[in-house]
Amino acid sequence: MDRIKRALDSDLFYSYKSSPLALVSSIVAAILIFSAVFAPLVAPHNPFDPGSLNLMNGFSEPMVPNAFTGDTFMLGTDDQGRDVFSTILYGMRISLFVGFAAVVFAMTIGIVLGLTAAYAGGRIDSFIMRIADVQLTFPSILVAMLVFGIAKGITPVHLRDQVAIWVLIISIGLSDWVQFARVVRGAALVEKSKEYVEAAILIGRGPAGIVFRHILPNVLSPVLVIATISLALAIISEATLSFLGVGAPPTSPSLGTLIRVGQGFLFSGEWWILFFPAMTLLLLALSVNLLGDWLRDALNPKLDD
Amino acid sequence: MIYSILKRAVQSVFVLLLVGLVAFSMFRFVGDPVDNLLGQERTEADIERVRQELGLNDPFVVQYWDFLSNAARGDMGVSFRQGRPAMEVILERVPATLELALVSATFAMTLGILLGIYTAIHRKSWISNAILAISLIGVSLPTFLIGIFLIYIFAVELGWLPSFGRGDVVDFGWWSTGLLTWTGLKSLILPAFTLGLYQLTLIMRLVRSEMSEVLKQDYIRFARARGLSERAINFRHAVKNTLIPVVTVAGLQIGSIIAFAIITETVFQWPGIGLLFINSIQFVDIPIMASYLMLISVMFVVINFAVDLLYLAIDPRLRDGKGA
Amino acid sequence: MALLEIKNMRVEFPGRHGTFTAVEDVSLDVNEGEIVGLVGESGAGKSTIGNAILKLLQAPGRLAAGEVWLKGERIDQLSDHEMLNVRGKRISMIFQDPMTSLNPIETIEYQLVETILTHLDISEAEATRRAIDLLDQVGIPNPAERIKQYPHQFSGGMRQRVVIALALSVEPELIIADEPTTALDVTIQAQILDLIKELCRSRNLGVILVTHDMGVIAETADRVAVMLRGKLIELGPTQQVINAPQELYTQSLIAAVPPSNKKIDRFPKVATEDSEGSALQNFDLSGHWLVRGDTYSTGGKSLLEVKGLKKRFQVTNAILARNRTYIDAINDISFDVQAGETFGLVGESGSGKSTVARVITGIYPATGGTMRFAEHDLTSAESRAEKQKVRRDIQMIFQDPYSSLNGRMRIGSIVAEPIVVNKLAGSTEERKEVVADLLELVGLGKDAARKYPHEFSGGQRQRISIARALATRPRFLICDEPTSALDVSIQAQILNLLKDLQDQLKLTLLFISHDLPVIRQMCDRVGVMRHGDLVEVAETEMLFETPQHSYTQALIGEMPKFAK
Repeated sequence: MDRIKRALDSDLFYSYKSSPLALVSSIVAAILIFSAVFAPLVAPHNPFDPGSLNLMNGFSEPMVPNAFTGDTFMLGTDDQGRDVFSTILYGMRISLFVGFAAVVFAMTIGIVLGLTAAYAGGRIDSFIMRIADVQLTFPSILVAMLVFGIAKGITPVHLRDQVAIWVLIISIGLSDWVQFARVVRGAALVEKSKEYVEAAILIGRGPAGIVFRHILPNVLSPVLVIATISLALAIISEATLSFLGVGAPPTSPSLGTLIRVGQGFLFSGEWWILFFPAMTLLLLALSVNLLGDWLRDALNPKLDD
Repeated sequence: MIYSILKRAVQSVFVLLLVGLVAFSMFRFVGDPVDNLLGQERTEADIERVRQELGLNDPFVVQYWDFLSNAARGDMGVSFRQGRPAMEVILERVPATLELALVSATFAMTLGILLGIYTAIHRKSWISNAILAISLIGVSLPTFLIGIFLIYIFAVELGWLPSFGRGDVVDFGWWSTGLLTWTGLKSLILPAFTLGLYQLTLIMRLVRSEMSEVLKQDYIRFARARGLSERAINFRHAVKNTLIPVVTVAGLQIGSIIAFAIITETVFQWPGIGLLFINSIQFVDIPIMASYLMLISVMFVVINFAVDLLYLAIDPRLRDGKGA
Repeated sequence: MALLEIKNMRVEFPGRHGTFTAVEDVSLDVNEGEIVGLVGESGAGKSTIGNAILKLLQAPGRLAAGEVWLKGERIDQLSDHEMLNVRGKRISMIFQDPMTSLNPIETIEYQLVETILTHLDISEAEATRRAIDLLDQVGIPNPAERIKQYPHQFSGGMRQRVVIALALSVEPELIIADEPTTALDVTIQAQILDLIKELCRSRNLGVILVTHDMGVIAETADRVAVMLRGKLIELGPTQQVINAPQELYTQSLIAAVPPSNKKIDRFPKVATEDSEGSALQNFDLSGHWLVRGDTYSTGGKSLLEVKGLKKRFQVTNAILARNRTYIDAINDISFDVQAGETFGLVGESGSGKSTVARVITGIYPATGGTMRFAEHDLTSAESRAEKQKVRRDIQMIFQDPYSSLNGRMRIGSIVAEPIVVNKLAGSTEERKEVVADLLELVGLGKDAARKYPHEFSGGQRQRISIARALATRPRFLICDEPTSALDVSIQAQILNLLKDLQDQLKLTLLFISHDLPVIRQMCDRVGVMRHGDLVEVAETEMLFETPQHSYTQALIGEMPKFAK
């Protein structure tokens, strides 16, 4: 109870309550994430069950009963008669899964390497940060593509579709760890130079105790901000890679794959096949970005970009 | 100061060697080079002969060295798909990408810095808030979607601008430019805008946050207490202090633009190196991938080195060797 | 007619928890050629007055009521544009930190000429001549050459002179100096104060000197205004206020200032609302956990013996070893500390005194020399467990109350951590009891255990720091500038607490400070450090009465004299 009261009284919660953007974006993000996670329950159709598909339903316009079958689809159907609304929910599931997993992967590497660099200092620090510098020379999307290309080259053809999602997660994660490592190292160096760390040394805490009990809890707020912004970035990266055809396979389409497919129909008039997945992607990325932006202001950690 | 320049130079060489190693490993380990050269009907003797010819039996370091010296001469092997030297295939597409990158970088930098300064000075005005809100949508909207929407509106619906390609080009030796023809310029507008938009928002937000930070400094308060006008404070003191850190990031952004061109080139079917690269990934055309990687690394390293030198030149605190 | 007249000034800062009144109903005047000291503790609103006069209040602060008159002209109602002709031209300001007051990427010349040309209609060549002249007047040697330099090429004291030159560049009638010497060393402080006094007399300037330091006021101001929580509570000639303060608060404030001319046993009890007493008087320590630690004799020798100690840091890296530059933070120093005494180390910033503390405690490894603590050799390579046993006996209290406590831990965990790590308590119950007793002992009360550091003031945090240090049952306590971040009344309480604890627990103290009067109050013997050397060690009274080394003489000569 004490904790809850304290949390409700905190400046962070006050800033949340008084920021309409933060409120709205967190509600939108929550709804999107909820409906993606429970897609099998929320979606009216299962787009990957061939038995439930009727080719006659193909190219149904949103909210207009199909000329042949009379079925009505809220957001229309694609060429195969799949319900666009349902494909979006399932696609968002994959986008979010890849996004979250990639961020967790990047965050883990980043925190471990960042803390190691900051605490060990000297050669270990220079080595880790030099690698980070080198990677930072290359934009993350390029790194992700390269990792993806190499992984594609070394996996046997028949396995490619199965491992594609995991390759995607690793590609995006590997392209993004530098952000975390730099921020964690920067924040940890600041914390390390503070006197409470010296006090901890004097009372006999070992290096592990100092890093995990003292430094880590104090660098988590910038990590939270970076993680939120990275999530939006990872979702966009995934969509971009999938759009370029080097991401999620057609058998498990993400939002990006849907947009890639829909692009072919845009110019022939079936705009809804592209438009709704695109809007969902925008809404998802925007709400997460808004949350990240608000967090950055509210926690106000000094981030070096 | 000489030490830091030297350190940077050594670091640049280190980056190139590392990238070379990645590129080399791609050749060596991703797919069997022998497979790529010999067809289905091959004998053990053929394989051995090819291995010997390619130097695949040499020690790793020797092979790496051979690879590097070949790369330095521009020999990156033959494209699996096109059957022509990979470097040649890439180089003829470089002008298209560089022109696109340069135009959009100029657009992003100019507008980004101006809007960043404006929003930092007028923090509370509704125009600033509107610009920031739009910029957040810009950051959340993937480049390829912006491209698709622009094509839909300006090419398909309105029919004002072409939806793909480079238009007519004029050749100057090995360089071909689209900047001198009407169709070339028209073709450039949508891709350049699409490519520049994301960088614009990044630069704008960076300038804004740097400048807001600078405006809180004591020397700005002291300048105000000396009776300097807001105009002098903002434009003479704050902007200059803001732009010094921005230079580094802006330099990195130019590198980013060349890489992000991959997406824009795909959407607009722009015949540059990015489009070539994405196709080569789909077909696992290793020589093209490796050449692209090497070429783009050289560009990045040169840009970064130039930015570092610029930084040393404009910041008096670094100029005489004080500070790191 | 007074030069500046403030009538019933009121400054408000609207905020989340209602409107905060930073300055309430303050009336004050300043005459030509007069220095008025504005003194008070942090949060008293003294800096806000200066900012309000120039309409430079940070948003959302506003001047809610009152009038400001400059030579019979009302200036508080002027527009922002009209204020440009007041700021810098008629009223100038000097800020606290000379390191951040100047634009780092423009030359001194640029900044001076720009300011001059903003206000005066003269040619650029004339402005440059005037700028060089100004630098000469504020005591900068080779002004014609140095004017071409950038701020980072000047030392702290020289920079503050540049700041003063900038403030004087258009001959203002009034200068507001906001803690102008707080960031400077004592020898430089004296020079800057002399410069301000001299300029005030020679140019007939009015000066408002905002400071927290009674010593600075006593040396410099003609009249003094004492502020408490936004209100001006006492105003009068400096000598009168210091020697016969009328208000209770002023009396207690002055009582808390460490006198520079004599040693007193304890600071008199200060009757302010937020003061906390130590619970030591009603605390029976016989047989308590705190005194149950192992005792071992020093065999008649000193407790700590430092011989030929050296510490070198690498400053810049280079490829060739001979091109690397180092700084010798400690140069071959030797001293010893007797059991039960307080040994002081005094010196200016950069003298290496804090490094000594960190080398003794093992935070930094020594570059050379030996250290003996009781019968242990601190420099020898012992196992970590072995080292920790000795280390436990040496604890430290740090300078910055804000960074010396982990903000993510509750006070109870902070104080309990040494007990847990060193397994000093038999049971959880015993540990909780000890933590409660420790918090009681330092005057906070056991309820503090459930709170987080941000809920406490600077002085309270230092008490927590002390409780944490005591939780290993140390015998040797190093106090590294323990009160330099605190207000003077809080400082008096903390110093009293340290003295009480030393008596009760038979502690030996190494007391490090830049503040000579504080050193005089606290220490039995004192070592004076300068640029990494220990230039003189003597009994405290001997040192203050008959300093031997020329540097010690200069230090003592230039410390602000505050005697009652």
